Amino acid sequence: MAKVKPRVKVPKKASVGDVVTIKTLISHKMETGLRKDKETGELIPRDIISAFEAKFNGATVFSMNLHAGISANPFVSFPMKVTEAGEFEFIWNADGEKTYSKKAKLKVA
Amino acid sequence: MKIKSLVISAATVALASTAYIGLSVAFDDDSHDWGDYQVEDRRSGYTYRSAETRALQDDEFENPGMVGVDHGAELWNIAEGSEGKACADCHGDASESMAKVGATYPKFNAASSKPINVEQRINLCRVENMGAEPFKYESGEMLNMTAFVKNQSLGEPVNVVIDGEMAPFFEKGKEFYYERRGQLDMACSHCHEDNEGNMIRADHLSQGQINGFPTYRFKWQKLGSVHRRFRGCNKNIRATPYKYGSDEYVNLELYLTWRGRGLPIETPAVRN
Repeated sequence: MAKVKPRVKVPKKASVGDVVTIKTLISHKMETGLRKDKETGELIPRDIISAFEAKFNGATVFSMNLHAGISANPFVSFPMKVTEAGEFEFIWNADGEKTYSKKAKLKVA
Repeated sequence: MKIKSLVISAATVALASTAYIGLSVAFDDDSHDWGDYQVEDRRSGYTYRSAETRALQDDEFENPGMVGVDHGAELWNIAEGSEGKACADCHGDASESMAKVGATYPKFNAASSKPINVEQRINLCRVENMGAEPFKYESGEMLNMTAFVKNQSLGEPVNVVIDGEMAPFFEKGKEFYYERRGQLDMACSHCHEDNEGNMIRADHLSQGQINGFPTYRFKWQKLGSVHRRFRGCNKNIRATPYKYGSDEYVNLELYLTWRGRGLPIETPAVRN
């Protein structure tokens, strides 16, 4: 599973004052940097998602750092109180300056 | 809880023990209604797992096996081999062409005069119709593609043909199931028939139903085929495992699929 694919699940609609659950998952191998190549015996370089951030209308609502102990395909979920309609931007930062992002809209009914 | 009950009164001890009985109801109580997950006395492995594990399987987004299914969906559309064809070029939309397919395998293959499972069917297609290299049996691609194909039959009751040409292979699979093997001299039936529902060390023995394969096991941290599970079982009883895709295992897969007739396809199931 070489391809990195971010996915998010945000309720399409919510009311102001509701607490909604935002779920995110990114398919990523989370290579720890501690394993050795079976044939050559050399260390496989570390390649992990090192930080995750969720922005809502430009403001950070959730962020975390991830380390080598976190398993492949990290799943992150957090609750958020809805104050207005807007757009989420989810950003995953990986080793080697790689960035993956995904956007999702939230409507207020 | 223990310290508390010692200090306060015997009544709390009684309360605490009821709480424990309450916990075990989910596994042992025969009167629990498991809905589609139980057909007569046949119970899916789902019914032996904790509420948390079951919730993880039920949520399409959180189910860790769905990452594999998504990858399978991508592979479905990728053209490979000398014919330059993808699965989708012949089979079109998998949700139509592959609906119910996963629930009917292993099926008889006239060319090789023996039953084949979904994995082998995929590789036959790859070699004969696409002119592509076959997937390695337990590779990520093979597991994800199999999971994708079987996921199209999600909830479909297992219904496998065992008469006619299939009969001798079914009998061989049944024989395998009841045959003692390995240093521990045990047959499949000793755990999964005679002791189903009992504890094996810290875990509950299920009936060994295979309606959820390829299954995401926490232990594996990825999807695994039913043949990997067979190999694990065989190693546990200190028997030499057969090869992935061997006739012995396909026959056993056929017999076990029949044992779980009527149970819904759960691919990708989540187990521990």
